[in-house]
Amino acid sequence: MKLVAQDISKIREDFPILNRQINGRPLVYFDNAATSQTPTKVIETIVDYYQNYNANIHRGVHQLSQEATDAFEQARVKIQKHFNAAHAHEIIFTSGTTQSINLVANGFSSLLKKGDELIVSALEHHSNIVPWQMLCEKTGAELRVIDMLNDGTLDFNKFKSLLNSKTKLVFVNHVSNALGTINPIKSIISLAHQNGAAVLIDGAQAAPHIRANMQQLDVDFYTTSGHKLCGPTGIGMLYAKDEWLRKLPPYEGGGEMISEVTFEKTTYADLPHKFEAGTPNVCGAIAFGAAIDYMNSIGFEAIAAYENELLNYATDELLKIENLKIYGPDTSHKTAVISFNIVGIHPYDLGSILDKMGIAVRTGHHCAQPIMDFYSIPGTVRASFSFYNTKEEIDLLVRGVIKAKSMLL
Amino acid sequence: MFEDWMQRYEYMIELGKSLPLIDSAFKNDDHIIKGCQSKVWLYAHLDSDKIQLTADSDAIITKGIIAILIRVFTNQSPKDILEANTDFIDKIGLKEHLSPTRANGLVSMIKQIKMYAIAYQTKLNS
Repeated sequence: MKLVAQDISKIREDFPILNRQINGRPLVYFDNAATSQTPTKVIETIVDYYQNYNANIHRGVHQLSQEATDAFEQARVKIQKHFNAAHAHEIIFTSGTTQSINLVANGFSSLLKKGDELIVSALEHHSNIVPWQMLCEKTGAELRVIDMLNDGTLDFNKFKSLLNSKTKLVFVNHVSNALGTINPIKSIISLAHQNGAAVLIDGAQAAPHIRANMQQLDVDFYTTSGHKLCGPTGIGMLYAKDEWLRKLPPYEGGGEMISEVTFEKTTYADLPHKFEAGTPNVCGAIAFGAAIDYMNSIGFEAIAAYENELLNYATDELLKIENLKIYGPDTSHKTAVISFNIVGIHPYDLGSILDKMGIAVRTGHHCAQPIMDFYSIPGTVRASFSFYNTKEEIDLLVRGVIKAKSMLL
Repeated sequence: MFEDWMQRYEYMIELGKSLPLIDSAFKNDDHIIKGCQSKVWLYAHLDSDKIQLTADSDAIITKGIIAILIRVFTNQSPKDILEANTDFIDKIGLKEHLSPTRANGLVSMIKQIKMYAIAYQTKLNS
């Protein structure tokens, strides 16, 4: 169950990109929260699709179309099982989390009225803020914000005080992309439900580390992107409860999503096709399924335990550097993400020099400007770890930061 | 190769420290070039018929980049600035900073300098 060094070197062989050299140095990839790397199994799935059964799905009578349709629908079932959704049709394929959120926001525009309230958390990625602001402009509903506390967690009392009979929807991320904070979504969902509000959880950052259980959480909407968990870009999912998918109007019109079309009236297709207009990302969905299989073959518990080991090690080592400040909660309340700065050094400068050393980190506001404003900083350097990273790589990061610091100060 | 870039960055950091700093009165939102990663303030004024450039940034490497640009473009006539060839960026190995994801990118800084040149040339011709 526990991943040891030997397992990790074997796992690393599954990721061809990890052999890359950057500026003559071996790549140290610590930008996993932005996108994860792709194992050979997933790459082979993509190649196999285009070499052997590339076809448009659902209405083709020919063999290739049937094979592609089967594989596409099997991927949906894999994802359903992984997230323990009650029905396969509750999984809608989208281009990713952003589209999933926009789909729900668009659907709610016909369900909200002036004076209704929506609750957002201060820890959100812009993609879980902007679609709702647009929705508020359209409907006259108002956005309320759950403040964050200095330790990078949410002010739960504030959340309780915001809930009232006008609250229609609450949206919070499962894990913050900028800080790694794991939010208490189970309590958020149950409190919101007690007040008659629906809940959308942005699971983009949680999905590679935590296997979320839809039925146990009793969540209304849950979103994620395939490329965060070893799948390709351009594919993601929206989980929504059956009752919501029936209530919400379609997002886009086109082929695939109809049952009957005349110029007088169109009837929409049954779920999930009502929300999947046009030719979907067939290959992407199949590869997303393969990525989930790959990660489950290692096991999410083993992944989380190992990543936590990396997180603790990196935190201890980085904190030995004088004037280095880590933002966000302690390691027991977050995923393997370290968002940090060194006093007197701009994160962009530090990130640029680390890049020259072959170390890929992310710098900037991480599309979460409200968090940066809260701390009054222009941004942070964010190192995010995955199960294919090693302690040796963390040592390289620490040495790199020390070197960059001596150059910049 | 590794030492090569280090020296280059150390030089840019030194250059950044020598940047002719913008007067604090002009270090405001009217003179900002906003980017995703770091902020740049750039100010140009006409001294007889030559453009004088001053700037600042919150990131030191960005300051180094803008210092290089100022060395090239300051104390020149608007016409010369507008006609200036920017191939030198490639030659001094700063091409990576042309990427749109980089700070403000050299592109927007050069664009801003050329905008000032257009404005001052119009003023000189009128």
